[in-house]
Amino acid sequence: MPIVKLVSEYFGNEQAKSLDWYRQNGGYEAARRAIFEMAPKQVTDEVIKSNLRGLGGAGFPTGKKWSFVPADDSKPKYLTVNADEAEPGTFKDRYILEWDPHRLIEGIIICSWAVGIHKAYIYVRGEYVRPYRILKAAVEEAYKEGILGEHVLGADFKLDVHIHRGAGAYICGEETGLLESLEGKKGWPRLKPPFPAIIGLFNCPTVINNVETLSHLRNIILKGGEWFADIGVDRNGGTRLFALSGRVKRPGVYELPMGTPMRELIYEHGDGIAGDRQLKAIIPGGASAPVLTADQVDIPMTFDDLAKVGSMLGSAGIVVMDESVCMVKAMHTIADFFAHESCGQCTPCRQGTGWVYRIVSRILDGHGSVDDMKTLESAKKNMSGTSICALSDGAAMAYGGFLSKFPEEFEYHIKHKKCDLQEKRMAVA
Amino acid sequence: MSTTTFEFTPENLREFGDILSRYPQPRAALLQVLHLAQEQNGYISEDVEAYVARLMNLPIVDIREVVTFYSLYFRRPMGRHHIRVCMSISCMLGDCDVIRDHLRTRLGVAPGGVTADGSFSWEAIPDCLGACELAPMMQLDGEYFGNLTPQKVDEILKKARLED
Repeated sequence: MPIVKLVSEYFGNEQAKSLDWYRQNGGYEAARRAIFEMAPKQVTDEVIKSNLRGLGGAGFPTGKKWSFVPADDSKPKYLTVNADEAEPGTFKDRYILEWDPHRLIEGIIICSWAVGIHKAYIYVRGEYVRPYRILKAAVEEAYKEGILGEHVLGADFKLDVHIHRGAGAYICGEETGLLESLEGKKGWPRLKPPFPAIIGLFNCPTVINNVETLSHLRNIILKGGEWFADIGVDRNGGTRLFALSGRVKRPGVYELPMGTPMRELIYEHGDGIAGDRQLKAIIPGGASAPVLTADQVDIPMTFDDLAKVGSMLGSAGIVVMDESVCMVKAMHTIADFFAHESCGQCTPCRQGTGWVYRIVSRILDGHGSVDDMKTLESAKKNMSGTSICALSDGAAMAYGGFLSKFPEEFEYHIKHKKCDLQEKRMAVA
Repeated sequence: MSTTTFEFTPENLREFGDILSRYPQPRAALLQVLHLAQEQNGYISEDVEAYVARLMNLPIVDIREVVTFYSLYFRRPMGRHHIRVCMSISCMLGDCDVIRDHLRTRLGVAPGGVTADGSFSWEAIPDCLGACELAPMMQLDGEYFGNLTPQKVDEILKKARLED
């Protein structure tokens, strides 16, 4: 499938982040059309038609999410933009923030108009210093030119947009952890229900959308929901930014229609495996997505197709591993991440992520025992469906991928106290 | 009760007011206020905690809870330059171990440490910095550096030293 540049249209264009340039190229025309020519409900209907889904990772239909916000509630409504991109292997939102901040701001205006929101917060992860600076400059410019503020684009519609910097916590990418963090607290996720659409930020109805999701709204309004839906496949509308990394020759962000097979991303756009080695494994959607084996490379990248094989498209961070990569080491790296980032609220996650990390550490170091595999399995099982948020489930899914797809590597490490790939790795190095 | 020696500069006090005005509830400003305090003081000392608690009319324990939960707040003085080496999955595949080991040798202190001359502090972090296409990569004072080799790391350190 060809590269279709919708949200990545301006990547690499140094001028695009200036408001002047963005406007000269049709920028804010979609927001103007939405506010002046469309009723809020028409905007939501168009988004429902587009089959746009939450591109942060969960894939929930965006228009439907908006429609859950009660129209008759007297409380203020909020939009929070999730720019807390931190799923290992994911770096697409950084590109939007750095190259095309006005497209995001325009999406914020369109969503706010549709839902009746007058205040939006963009939650940018604390590590993203450069993206923050660029976005801040763009927001300030938009205020100065009357695009944001008391009269958005001159209309009788008020919208304030503030940037809220995170401070280093993966859990704040979880939508209710994000809300807690926005309220000035540690990012402990909330029990659901109530869902944020009813009781969210400051106990008010709140829409939480990802950067990439909102950035699609400009084109959906200008060209129509059906046009967007037609680019993708059934129930997975439009394109997606695929962040490709690991052992490929040309890592980077590639925008492709939903449903593009992984093979095409890796071998055409990514130019194949580094060193022309053999493909061994693929993580298809950030570290939480269960790893796939080389023979699954032809699966189309949609939320539904990857769910069918027990994995997920998640954040569309595609991590490629070749034949020289030790799967015990790969799982060890990911287990280290989850143990570090568990927020500590729920016991199965707090304890489980630590257990798994320590067990895989000792297997990797040649001190594993035959019982370790059973303990890992039981930890994995007890971490599934037993905690408030999805971090624990995501970790358990990731562990399950490595343990079920590559058990022989773990068994070899335990039995022989070393890695059978070590010699191969040496030869490659 | 001890008196605190830290206080915001007049400029930062104005910025504090501006931050507060963005939120319907003052508590919501806490993370941004702590960022501002750390920019001014270099780290969040107990003095800073006490000052922020007074300024925002919050119990100190609420401040401590937030400071210790988030990894970007420092609780002790760090180097003039701070380095974070990404050890996450894509950087692991880019052999970030080599970069980590090289930094340990060059800086002469373990991760978490500060060099004797106070120039550098550094960490090797398991959380992803979101720049996997640059693997192996690291962050120095907020800026990202990628496709690292030991030689490249040396150049980056040298340049940072010259800026002191």
